[in-house]
Amino acid sequence: MQGLLAWVPLLPLIGFLILVGIPLFYRREPPESVITVIGVGSVGIAALFTAVATAAVFWQTPSGVVNIALWQWMQLGELKLGINFHVDWLTLVMLMIVTGVGFLIHLYSAGYMRKDPDFRRYFAYLNLFIFAMLTLVMADNLVLLYLGWEGVGLCSYLLIGFWYKDPVNGTAACKAFIVTRIGDTAMAIGLFLLFYEFSTLNIPELINAAGDPGADREIITIATLLLLGGAVGKSAQLPLQTWLPDAMAGPTPVSALIHAATMVTAGVYLIARMHPLYTLSETAMTAVAIVGALTLLLAGFSAIAQSDIKRVLAYSTISQIGYMFLALGVGAWSGAIFHLMTHAFFKALLFLSAGSVILSLHHEQNIFRMGGLYRKIPFTFLCFTIGCASLAALPLTSGFYSKDQILLRAWEFHQGFNSLWLAGVLGALITGIYTFRVLFLVFAGSEGAASRHCKDANTPAMTIPLAILAILALLGGLLTPPLQAVFGTTAERHPAAWVEGVAIAMPLIGLGVAWQLYRREKKTGEQRSRVTQFWFSGWGFDWLYDHLLVRPFNMLARLNHNDMIDALYKGTAAFSRQLNTLLSASQNGQVRWYLATFAAGSILFLALLVAL
Amino acid sequence: MTLMAIIILLFAGGILAWLSERYLQRGGHWIGLVSLLLASLLLASYWPYLGAAQVIGSGPWWDSVQINWIPRFGISFHLAIDGLGFLMLALTMAMGIFGLVMTWNDIHFRRGFFYFNYLWTLAGVVGVFTAMDLFLFFFFWEVMLVPMLFLIAVWGYEQRLFAAIKFFIFTQASSLLMLIAIVALAYLHYGNSGQLTFNYNDLLDAQLAPSTAYWLMLGFFVAFIVKLPALPFHPWLPDAHTQAPTAGSILLAAILLKTGAYGLLRFNLPLFPESSAAFAPVAMSIGAVSVIYGAMLAFAQSDMKRLVAYSSVSHMGFVLLGLYALNTIAMQGAVMQMIAHGLSTAALFALVGALQHRLHTRDMTQLGGVWAILPKLSAIALFFAVASLGLPGLGNFVAEFTVLVGSFRSSHWIAVLAATGLIGAALYALIMMQRGFFGALNKRLQKLSPQAPIADLNLRESCALLSLAALLVLLGLRPQPVFDIASPTVARSLAHIETARAQYAKDQGIGTRFTSQEQTWAKPHPKESESP
Repeated sequence: MQGLLAWVPLLPLIGFLILVGIPLFYRREPPESVITVIGVGSVGIAALFTAVATAAVFWQTPSGVVNIALWQWMQLGELKLGINFHVDWLTLVMLMIVTGVGFLIHLYSAGYMRKDPDFRRYFAYLNLFIFAMLTLVMADNLVLLYLGWEGVGLCSYLLIGFWYKDPVNGTAACKAFIVTRIGDTAMAIGLFLLFYEFSTLNIPELINAAGDPGADREIITIATLLLLGGAVGKSAQLPLQTWLPDAMAGPTPVSALIHAATMVTAGVYLIARMHPLYTLSETAMTAVAIVGALTLLLAGFSAIAQSDIKRVLAYSTISQIGYMFLALGVGAWSGAIFHLMTHAFFKALLFLSAGSVILSLHHEQNIFRMGGLYRKIPFTFLCFTIGCASLAALPLTSGFYSKDQILLRAWEFHQGFNSLWLAGVLGALITGIYTFRVLFLVFAGSEGAASRHCKDANTPAMTIPLAILAILALLGGLLTPPLQAVFGTTAERHPAAWVEGVAIAMPLIGLGVAWQLYRREKKTGEQRSRVTQFWFSGWGFDWLYDHLLVRPFNMLARLNHNDMIDALYKGTAAFSRQLNTLLSASQNGQVRWYLATFAAGSILFLALLVAL
Repeated sequence: MTLMAIIILLFAGGILAWLSERYLQRGGHWIGLVSLLLASLLLASYWPYLGAAQVIGSGPWWDSVQINWIPRFGISFHLAIDGLGFLMLALTMAMGIFGLVMTWNDIHFRRGFFYFNYLWTLAGVVGVFTAMDLFLFFFFWEVMLVPMLFLIAVWGYEQRLFAAIKFFIFTQASSLLMLIAIVALAYLHYGNSGQLTFNYNDLLDAQLAPSTAYWLMLGFFVAFIVKLPALPFHPWLPDAHTQAPTAGSILLAAILLKTGAYGLLRFNLPLFPESSAAFAPVAMSIGAVSVIYGAMLAFAQSDMKRLVAYSSVSHMGFVLLGLYALNTIAMQGAVMQMIAHGLSTAALFALVGALQHRLHTRDMTQLGGVWAILPKLSAIALFFAVASLGLPGLGNFVAEFTVLVGSFRSSHWIAVLAATGLIGAALYALIMMQRGFFGALNKRLQKLSPQAPIADLNLRESCALLSLAALLVLLGLRPQPVFDIASPTVARSLAHIETARAQYAKDQGIGTRFTSQEQTWAKPHPKESESP
């Protein structure tokens, strides 16, 4: 049964290798059906294996742990690393999300990407992504985790720039990779520091060593902050959030899989996985919570001002991951993972429904050119509505349970009223506003300019995943993962009823505000005041980084294009050549010139003698 | 004798190729390939040593041959091989074959002479990697230089003469320093021991005054880091790489640069342990600065070959950093980087060469959107670009990671500085992909393609490139065999340093200086000293 788990990441890898290797054996491009069977099938079987392993090994055993040692990676002095997997319930939850939601999105992709000339390349990248993501969550040491971590980054880069002919996509892809690489480098330095201090990078050993009372708290603080640097890069949190909105340049299923459900939550997973280290450092915990609170507010406001349906969802993803970071920062580990799970359901649903809308409207993404679509694509409308309800955390949807848990923990953690809780509650209001604003603008009211050409583009391959995700988004709140063994249990306390009431009321108020906003925007069309323009631009972060980092760097590179050190050598060479011309000129073959210089020299010499 | 046979085989093959020029129009590459394959076969006869290097044979060498050459001066023809030497020879053979196969039909004139120079360069390199007599080492050091000069000057691109002269002056001036240092070392040793010798094993025990040792060490150091190349001695490299024919660039990048790193590890550290240890912070800083400076310059280039050339400066900076971190992890990482960089950069040069062969330009402002017309070539280029930026799972990552982990123990800030080079690597690798292969198809290429469709990689090229890719994956996922092969050599170099440090501590009196020295150098780790 343990072998079954080892096959889970290997299957998508095999799928990737087959898809990439096809041209080695067949000259012709295989039909789409074959590619679909390989690409979707590999992830499907991986999902099946995960389910079987869960049922056989982990069912009813919350403390179950499976270790799978494949082979030794490197052993140099104390640096002992293996290609080893460690599966506990935290990993298992991630496995189920990655393979389960991943499979649904693969299936949807088969419909969405039909007739794309690069169908095979698309599924190859997608399979590679699943492999890397599974390695990330199953790794038993931080270096193997880093392997998956960079691997998903690469796939994200490749898929954002999938339609490579448009340079805008390429720029967005590069931006995504480089911004996350900045975070990754911080994380790598964190690994160096951890190894320096504890002489191991194996996660369980590391947690043991750090738990030792003699461990240096200051180093733990610095290391956890550096790991947080990696997490904010990958999870698009402040201050490295700027890449995610641009990443929407990729195909919409990619946005659903990578930039909503799985990869961007890797940062949350990392911190949850390393939580015993974080609990040792109050500074790090506070930093995580503040990053989360600030991000969820800033991104929420930005989402209100967007006019591209995918960018709204992108900012909402940033904001929701902000909730997860907030949860981590207040020690609500299970709450964060629970929200990660429900978010994977409803945000994948939202993106896939948005994909249906976009495809039905022949690649129109501006919500102000939509409207009245509830009549034309009712099924998509239903799915999108369920997604919105869950995202806004209307009672009884899955998002409600997870978000409620986070808000309550934030209240408890600081014993009552505090700014983190307030940020969360305010965020809930904003979430309600931007969610329902999109819903109204796209589906309600009169038809927009693009809606007239609407043609329902859903195929069975697309409707089935949508339906399953809709059910999960509605009822996923009942699937509380048994994470007590991983995170420990916390005493249940019930704060005052009004605290709960506020959490329920906020999305409803948001809905009301959204309706007003919709009425006004429907009249004015796409128009922004100075404030909303600022929000629209993502609080000017892009502008700031462009002027602070990108331009100076480019200028420096351009200035030093010819390598100033080389100028030193070139100067020496030029000087020698000058000297050579000068001296050559003196040897011109004319006897009278020689005689004249000889005479002049002699006179000078004699004069010098006399003078001295 | 096997070592001697390898060298003779390559020399003879070269002469044969030259002679054959008159009779066979296209025979040169076959003669080259056969001699290289035979040499590889000879090298493969060392495979029994791979598993159990410690047990078989006495002393550090797997095999050695010593013949008197100029007995009057204590100069002998002394070749020997150990784990490091084997790895370097294997790399040399593999890259020699790779370069030959990738440019199978590229040479259009003086074919025989081309393969003569090609094989003689390789023979010189094999000599450098096996010579255990310092005079012989210097001899081979020069032998590999001259044929390389011809390769650049005769078969190169637009500014080949300029590049060839620059290359020659840089390496010649630096090897002069090395020659002085070698002679001075032998002379001083003669003064102390009364025995005139250039033998490596004997000179290891040379007793030198600290200040003299420091100057001699600098002489070797400069010669080696010119070859590496590290700042500020790198300017020959971009010109030489860019102007050399593809096969020449492959030889330069994959093998010739490694002779510098090899020299540091084999000669500089063991011969001058005290001064090397004292000099280490400077050397590490040079390495870290090279990493960043090389990456920045690579980013600024619009000539794709020049970009790859500058990326070499960046990658080899990691080697210098790792070697002078003076601990097992980092030094092993440096050895790994020598191999991984050899594979990835050779492939990138081969790809740029293939691109230029097809599209007649390597200027990235003239390229763009190449993926649409050459998908296979572009996909493989993507793989090697990603390897170059240090993606985990490939050999380059293992190397860079271990170098950084190890050097972080020696010096936090230098390691952190070098780590920012990881961002720089992403910048230049991605901008190369973006400007060269992605984006809309360049207008110039649009005109080109409809009339005569451009041939993508053929089977020969694909196989050669894919085998390098497979090797990089193998190194990335299972690097342990390489570490095991290199470990005795690294351990020996390190042992010299440790002894010197202990001696230094004893001289200073075990007390204040010792502990402070230890703390700035390495956190005392009990296990470190136990491992061989």
